[in-house]
Amino acid sequence: MKDLPDSEERRANLKGLGCARKRVEDARFTQGKGNYVDDIKLPGMLFGDFVRSPYAHARVKSIDAAAALALPGVVAVLTAKDLEPLGLHWMPTLAGDKQMVLADGKVLFQGQEVAFVVATDRYIAADAVELVEVDYEDLPVVVDPFKAQEPDAPVLREDLEGVTEGAHGPRRHHNHIFTWEQGDAAGTTAAIDASEVIAEETIYYHRTHPCPLETCGCVASMDKINGKLTVYGTFQAPHVVRTVASLLSGIDEHNIRVVSPDIGGGFGNKVGVYPGYVCSIVATIVTGKPVKWVEDRMENMMATAFARDYWMKGRIGATKDGRITGLHAHVTADHGAFDACADPTKFPAGFFHICTGSYDIPVAYCAVDGIYTNKAPGGVAYRCSFRVTEAAYFIERMIEILAIKLGMDAAELRRINFIRADQFPYTSALGWEYDSGDYHTAWDKALKAVDYAGLRREQAARVEAFKRGETRRLLGIGLTHFTEIVGAGPVKNCDILGMGMFDSCEIRIHPTGSAIARLGTISQGQGHATTFAQILASETGIPADKITIEEGDTDTAPYGLGTYGSRSTPVAGAATAMAGRKIRAKAQMIAAYLLEVHDNDLEWDIDRFVVKGAPERFKTMAEIAYAAYNQAIPGVEPGLEAVSYYDPPNMTYPFGAYVCVMEIDVDTGEHEIRQFYALDDCGTRINPMIIEGQVHGGLTEALAIAMGQEIAYDDMGNVRTGTLMDFFLPTAWETPNYQTDWTETPSPHHPIGAKGVGESPNVGGVPAFSNAVHDAFRAFGLTQTHMPHDHWRIWRTARDLGLHG
Amino acid sequence: MIPATFEYHRPDSVPGAISLLQQHGDDARVVAGGHSLIPMMKLRMAAPGHLIDLQGIADLRGVEVGDTIRIGALTTQSEILAHAGLAEAAPILIEAARQIADPQVRNLGTLGGNVANGDPGNDMPALMMCLDASFALAGPDGTREVAAREFYEAPYVTAREEEEILTAVSFARPPRGHAYEKQKRKIGDYATAAAAVLIAADGGRVTSASVAMTNLADVPVFSAAAGAALVGTDCGPDAVRTAVAAMQGDIDPVEDNRGPVEFKRHVAGVILARAIARAWSRA
Repeated sequence: MKDLPDSEERRANLKGLGCARKRVEDARFTQGKGNYVDDIKLPGMLFGDFVRSPYAHARVKSIDAAAALALPGVVAVLTAKDLEPLGLHWMPTLAGDKQMVLADGKVLFQGQEVAFVVATDRYIAADAVELVEVDYEDLPVVVDPFKAQEPDAPVLREDLEGVTEGAHGPRRHHNHIFTWEQGDAAGTTAAIDASEVIAEETIYYHRTHPCPLETCGCVASMDKINGKLTVYGTFQAPHVVRTVASLLSGIDEHNIRVVSPDIGGGFGNKVGVYPGYVCSIVATIVTGKPVKWVEDRMENMMATAFARDYWMKGRIGATKDGRITGLHAHVTADHGAFDACADPTKFPAGFFHICTGSYDIPVAYCAVDGIYTNKAPGGVAYRCSFRVTEAAYFIERMIEILAIKLGMDAAELRRINFIRADQFPYTSALGWEYDSGDYHTAWDKALKAVDYAGLRREQAARVEAFKRGETRRLLGIGLTHFTEIVGAGPVKNCDILGMGMFDSCEIRIHPTGSAIARLGTISQGQGHATTFAQILASETGIPADKITIEEGDTDTAPYGLGTYGSRSTPVAGAATAMAGRKIRAKAQMIAAYLLEVHDNDLEWDIDRFVVKGAPERFKTMAEIAYAAYNQAIPGVEPGLEAVSYYDPPNMTYPFGAYVCVMEIDVDTGEHEIRQFYALDDCGTRINPMIIEGQVHGGLTEALAIAMGQEIAYDDMGNVRTGTLMDFFLPTAWETPNYQTDWTETPSPHHPIGAKGVGESPNVGGVPAFSNAVHDAFRAFGLTQTHMPHDHWRIWRTARDLGLHG
Repeated sequence: MIPATFEYHRPDSVPGAISLLQQHGDDARVVAGGHSLIPMMKLRMAAPGHLIDLQGIADLRGVEVGDTIRIGALTTQSEILAHAGLAEAAPILIEAARQIADPQVRNLGTLGGNVANGDPGNDMPALMMCLDASFALAGPDGTREVAAREFYEAPYVTAREEEEILTAVSFARPPRGHAYEKQKRKIGDYATAAAAVLIAADGGRVTSASVAMTNLADVPVFSAAAGAALVGTDCGPDAVRTAVAAMQGDIDPVEDNRGPVEFKRHVAGVILARAIARAWSRA
């Protein structure tokens, strides 16, 4: 039969699921033909720029804009007083708090927006910023979330004075935001107290920043003739931005068009709403001209959403042979001056309660206290699902610390406690239902791939050689088995400002058998135009090369909650598959009419419907599409379109096993990564090449975070790491070679079995790198030292352990 | 990240540039590769009213390699790296240039700008002190030579007068034993600690040694004592220890994001010991 090679060829032609299809976006990006916000130029466009506070905490006594306004080309200088009549001097945050748009009486962090200068070009705007005179009276600064809770700590949020009930329950101190708890407190304490072995430690996950290559910005344009407001911006969630803009401005939602053009990386930084967007919108309404605002790198790192800053106090119990008996976590979360975390509304600490990780822990409890300090607001999910990197780092450090306490190999301790494959779907002690997993298989594959036993032998020999004075380098083996929770999420418990976290896809098949699909998500580098076309190719039989994917324009795309938290494939990817199935269902009716058989007499074969038992009788999807537009088919509407809004029944739970082998120079604190093995299981693999690219990128961000990247403040609240000289962004030179691998455990509830993957390498990578550092010093008595592991901190660890002689 | 307004000048001769400097005084700055000055201007930490671009002056280019090596101020780090004569005559220059920033910066950053700016983080100043180089300074009254070891007075303050331009660097062909050892956090970073070492040897003994350190004080540090500690020795452990201790007596690091003082002093010692070992192995 020639049928077999023919079907293979047809399948290959589709470039559907599993195909390592080259990214269709890259022809544009690699030739400098992307269209980013700063590429947008509208006639008569004005430019906005901010006067920012040099102080972390100060009273704003007066603002004198006279000199700035006198500069030719300056159109306006907006202050809180100008925004107040519109009710826009403050704005709501995604976390149920509110945030100053422009300083209202005081400033609460260095870099805070004080006034917005609008001028005819960006150079004049920058000069005018220098001319605005602001009279500050400095106030005591608190940058430590523990000191912020002392009784006599300065009151940061005077607007909340006397407010004892916050968005997430009672506030117990004037700098306290919320306490959020999950699990069984008494049962957990009792179980741990009764354990044969108990380990306790505080794990700090320092403050860092997503630092996308493209900073945040927008172009707002009010057409006063037709009353329509258009906002182009770096938005990870354009539809939500439109709704928020409508609610804030009072402009009807149909009169607002929000467009996310190409976005140069988001990593959570572009989820929230920033003062620059509000000021640009006000400025275009006031002036009637388009207004562009694009922040520079220092502004991006100083004022837009940071990530992490979690002090995690852990207590874990076990039997003496290593069975975990309970896990207790208490987090002090430094949220900065305003609670502007980007989490689903009901989850002020995100999904931190995934902190039981990959382990079958019988009882657990976690509590998170959110605290105000004089630091920038944020707390976004930097390439992870909401607070999941924090949770994964916490449990993967606690496991290592417990292994030390037990005198046990950390790989073996993990193996003993893994949730077994036969336990899925598995309900964790903190209430999550893990959809699928096979941790033992992944773990064994990883350990075998790196010759784990051989590495441990080499490490032991190295320790002996070090003690004999033959080497000054130590060897660390960093292990991680992480479980992610991505794909928010079920509308029943996940929403953003009341908008359920579904997502959507709308497909139009053209008469000649090509198609366009639009989604409620927005790619920031993930390759949606490539991968979503592959899903549709497999579902509809139209080659991926003939499918255009469009996202980001609220006038054309269906409503969706956007791209972050690895939700695009789990939610919009599912909507895409479901919409594709609706197309196929209608196509089946058309094919049955054309072939003069009953619907049920047809079967789907790659790109066509074939009459069962008569393979020579078929109609391809291209033929069906044509018929849909040129034949009157009884009982069937013309055209071939479908829409799906998908509310996922559950999150998806990708997982992975990572091993990092690191050499450490105890005299200089320098490190060298000799090997990094990353096994990811993201369920059904849509495009292996994109997965590998995502893993490489995520691991490199994880490397940065673990080994040097931080937003540090001095005691006066000055940002010490405000430029890329001090903020570590790895180049090819610092980036090691990565060895990727995979297992494939499909999600049982996702239409094509796919889970998210883009964030897994950050979630798993950070503990792998950090555990390698810790492991190198384990033989010399190290239990815990905080990230980032830059040269001087590693040196200090070696010194404190007496390794400098 | 937008500089304040300035006038741009592009003279085609050294006298032309000097006359612009005379005309505008301390409101003018000369710029060569621009990789120190332009970022300062973008941060508005420098706001010269007049920027005098030296790129149009042919006299500031060129490399001469003889018993004395003379390098024009506008020679870029990339040109140094690509110069076969320099690689043979002064390989320490190549070793140091390769560790400066990244290829994009090296394509524009010049030797003259690197040494004239007076930034203690720059690599070439300590190297020039180690080489006992001489800087040619052209001014209204002609050209004078100033020893690199006498040039650096304070951060960004040098022996160069306001109306002078550094036109060339020259130094005698150095001995074979050489090393430029640098610890940095990442590509593009200034040194956490760096050491330039030159050693001449005869019959298994050091006959002369020169040591200078980068970014370990508010000026580059030439440690005569460290060099002297090596002379007459075979660079054995005791000699290296003495040299390191002498060097540590000459540096004065400050705490910054690279680490605290104690760390920097320790690392400076490790880096110098490594540089001595490598230079000795080549001597």
